[in-house]
This record gives sequence, structure tokens and C-alpha cells, in this order.
Amino acid sequence: MTLRDGAGAPAQVGALRRLRAVDLLLVSLGAMVGALTRWSLGEAVPDGSGFPWTTFAINVAGCFALALLPMLRVVRLQPTVAIALGPGLLGGFTTVSAYAEQARSLAADGHSGLAGTYVLGTVTACLLAAVAGRAISHRPEPEGALE
Amino acid sequence: MTALLVALGAALGGPLRYAWAVTLDGRWPAGTQLVNTVGSGLIGFFAALSLTDQAWALFATGFCGAFTSYSAFAVQAEERGLRLGGLYAVSTVVLAVAACALGYWLGGVATAA
Repeated sequence: MTLRDGAGAPAQVGALRRLRAVDLLLVSLGAMVGALTRWSLGEAVPDGSGFPWTTFAINVAGCFALALLPMLRVVRLQPTVAIALGPGLLGGFTTVSAYAEQARSLAADGHSGLAGTYVLGTVTACLLAAVAGRAISHRPEPEGALE
Repeated sequence: MTALLVALGAALGGPLRYAWAVTLDGRWPAGTQLVNTVGSGLIGFFAALSLTDQAWALFATGFCGAFTSYSAFAVQAEERGLRLGGLYAVSTVVLAVAACALGYWLGGVATAA
């Protein structure tokens, strides 16, 4: 159970938002910065051929940061900031595609055990990071921060 | 130059994910799950094509990387509690890895053809 279950379902879960052009632009700008940061970290500390520690750390840190996001007052008050930082910056920073491809590649190279450890290790660590971030921020995700 | 290609791919991939998420995410985050599955399939496909470093930066690191999102996925799962969130987490991981393997296979077929 998450902290939030006790407080009732947050309003935005299940609520559909309107698609606005300005929001798409904000997400685009945020995603560029996030992806460039992810790429720079990968250049500085390449994943190499073993356990992809850099991508692992990027994903765990990004999940933790998204759960912490509502601690920022400006994020709670300004949906545009929440959109730029949530689906924008952190959405562009973290990646499921590289994670899946690294797992596939490890398994294809005969490292099935390592691939399994990576797949399960990342999802477990990211979920725990989200739970920990929520426990610290103690707030629901603001409107727009998730999608 | 590589950085520019990463940024360009992300500038397209990020908002495309957002559009699907806003349109389809509900109690079950179908949009984010679709995007994470399709993006993983695409990167598998690209991996089979032996792209140049610059094409990889644009299509894989930039576009697929920003199109998919681990942070939205994990926080959505956390928000939905153990049962629904757990089902969402497990299904997303299985779909992403399976789609990537399928994409890689299709890329191999396309290259051989």
C-alpha cells in the first residue's frame, strides 16, 4: 500500500487532461535538457558491457526526483512548471527503451542471468525510489507532472 | 553534433509521449504503457540495423530515450498501490522487453530482405 491510499485517490489519477500546444512545447524543451543530461552522463561514465550502472542510476534518480517534485512550491502552484519538469525534463532524462535494449543485448550475448538481474533490479529500485520520494514529499503528484 | 542530434530526437519524442499519455492515460496508464512498449520495440529494431553513431544518437538515444519514460512509469505504479500498480509494473516490464526482442528480430528480417 502506498501512503496515498490512506488519503484517498488523488484527483488526477484517471482524470484526462486537455492537450495544449504550449504544453507540448514545454515538454519538448524539458525533454531536450533531460535527454542531453542522460547522454552526457553516458559519455562521461559509459555503461560498458557489464551491468549498465549509468542507465540504472539515471532511472533510479529520475524516479526519486519525480516523486520529490511536489515538494517544490512552484511545481504545486504552476502546472506549466510541473509539465516542463515532470513529463519534460525527467521524462526525457529517464528511459525505458535503453533499459529494454540493454537487457535484450545482455541476454543475446549469453548473459541471461545478468539481464534478469538488471531488469528486476532496475524496476525494484525505481519503485522503491518512487515510494521513498513520496514518503519524503508526502504530497500527491501535482496536476500535469505525470503525463 | 551528436548532442544536437540527441536534442532533436528528444524534442520530438518527449511531446509525442506526452500527447499519448494525456489522451490515453486513465486509471490504467494505457498511453504511457503503449509509448514505453512501442519505444522499446523501436530501439530493438534500430539496434538490428547497425546504425551509424549519429543515427543512433538521433533515433535511439534522443527519440526513443525521450519517447519512453521510467520516471512516469514508476511513479504511476506507486500511485496505484500494490495490486493495480504491481500489475502495471510487471506488465510494462514484460511488454517493453518483449517488444524490444520483437523489434530486433524484425530489424534482422528487414536487413536480410
